[in-house]
Amino acid sequence: MTASKANLAYPDGPCFLDSGEAALVVEFGRGVDPQTHERVLALDAALQASPVEGLRESVPTYRSLMIHYDPLKLSRSDLIAYVHRALNTPGGLARLPDRWVMPCCYAPPFGEDVAEMAAKLGISPEQAIQHHQSAVYRIYMYGFAPGFTYLGGLHEEIAVSRRATPRPPHAAGAVLVGGGLAAVATFSMPTGWYVVGQTPERLYAPERDKAFLMEPGDEIRFLPIDAAEFAALEARALTGEIVARKEPL
Amino acid sequence: MSAGKGTSLRILSAGPGVTVQDGGRHGYLRYGVTVAGPMDPFSHAIANGVLGNAAECAALEVSLGGVEVTTEGGRVTLAVAGGDFEITLDGRPMPSALHLALEPGAKLRIRAGQSGAWCYLAVAGGIDVPDVLGSRATHTRSHLGGHEGRVLRAGDVLSTGGPAGEETPPARILAPELLRSSEVIRALPGPQADYFTEAAIADFLTGPWTIGPRGDRMACFLEGPVLKHSEGFNIVSDGITMGAIQVPGEGQPIVLMADRQPTGGYPKIATVIGADLGLLAQARPGAKIRFRSVTHVEAVEARRRQAEVLARGFVTEPLVRTKFTSEFLLGINLIDGVFG
Repeated sequence: MTASKANLAYPDGPCFLDSGEAALVVEFGRGVDPQTHERVLALDAALQASPVEGLRESVPTYRSLMIHYDPLKLSRSDLIAYVHRALNTPGGLARLPDRWVMPCCYAPPFGEDVAEMAAKLGISPEQAIQHHQSAVYRIYMYGFAPGFTYLGGLHEEIAVSRRATPRPPHAAGAVLVGGGLAAVATFSMPTGWYVVGQTPERLYAPERDKAFLMEPGDEIRFLPIDAAEFAALEARALTGEIVARKEPL
Repeated sequence: MSAGKGTSLRILSAGPGVTVQDGGRHGYLRYGVTVAGPMDPFSHAIANGVLGNAAECAALEVSLGGVEVTTEGGRVTLAVAGGDFEITLDGRPMPSALHLALEPGAKLRIRAGQSGAWCYLAVAGGIDVPDVLGSRATHTRSHLGGHEGRVLRAGDVLSTGGPAGEETPPARILAPELLRSSEVIRALPGPQADYFTEAAIADFLTGPWTIGPRGDRMACFLEGPVLKHSEGFNIVSDGITMGAIQVPGEGQPIVLMADRQPTGGYPKIATVIGADLGLLAQARPGAKIRFRSVTHVEAVEARRRQAEVLARGFVTEPLVRTKFTSEFLLGINLIDGVFG
């Protein structure tokens, strides 16, 4: 999968696709771009603001909103009419996104794959890190695993393709680059992405009041820290403290 | 985890893939959390329904690997429903759809039988494991829910919460719905049927498809004609439902099941309807299936019929009768039976 292709947004409104009889996909486009994503989030917020009997949950992705519903309680045609009403309700986003500053240690062993990725791209490791930390990322969606965030906004100089074969498992909190996207992992697992750093913040902490720290649409920027700072922040994060901070947009 | 004062189930032995599953972890897909829940939701609901439990109550999902259990702290009322598994109570053969109260020390053994890949052992009141993000369903890949986030093994003790159950001799659950064939699975086209050639859609419906050997709770792999994409095989990732039939580059479909990832990037030619998810789940590796295309209206109607079956409840037939209950008399066919 690649980023961009902004020309693939549908100009005449979304299309409605069935994913079985109990899920409706409201698709705004076929590509990855912030405008399409804004429309997905606006519809999601509108549906959450006025829940209807039979609507189970909605799942925002890059380009579509999947609405799970109980067709014995809410008919497909009533659901589509309800979505049309939500789309035509002025007001835009019900919620302003947050911008988060995420501490990230790029030094080895945390940024284990920086040198390998830089060599593949023909740039220095320092340049690769500079490109990664200078960008502002948008959380397009979660997927893959609880709290695993897919981030858009990667600098094109480090838009490396994914590995042909997965590398051995990385740590929870690994900061990843691959396939034109960035990501933050929450579980240790093998990956086809490159590990460029690690954050001590826990995007998913089941025992914390807010199990998932960030919402789709939020922005992230990474703040470089050294290994000593990482150790100190990690110890605080393990007690349930939130060590990322919000900054004004 | 200790079982405390109430009754509990002790796992004496368990093959691979035996887990605690409730109706699934809903409401957190947007944060990347897999729903999990039963592979055959209808059978899971029948086992719970026989006991008067809510359909989504936490129960044991038993794989082809089988399980052997006993009870501690008192008698536990339970029901087993699902595939045609071989069940024994202290060595005595029992029907595969079974209702009984298991006495402390008695051993209930469930092993793979003639057909079916999953069955459900529900207990009155449900299995009492911690609620994680609103659900007791086990998702082993993210170590969430169930008993310590993992498959069950010998020595595990699961609290069944309630006080000891009433004496209930073994009885057969009369549920002809459990004997359905898995040969024809109904599917609703889309959401990305337009990514396939007309020939591919015809091939998809003609099949036949063989259930591949490497399936698990995450996906069912199908082998058959190679399906050709008309527009490439990468889409920008979007949501995935249970039953979604995605077709990667090599053209062999993968049906995403209970432990599917929340999102994915292959086109989905069709989606197995809710009423037939269990049929597909019960098909074993090597089994042949075909898909039949249905409309949204037909899919909803099939779902409604299943909901009506569950709402009506189930009759049980005692294996050794001391008296005829009115439920039993209503449940048997008096026209062409031995009473004729």
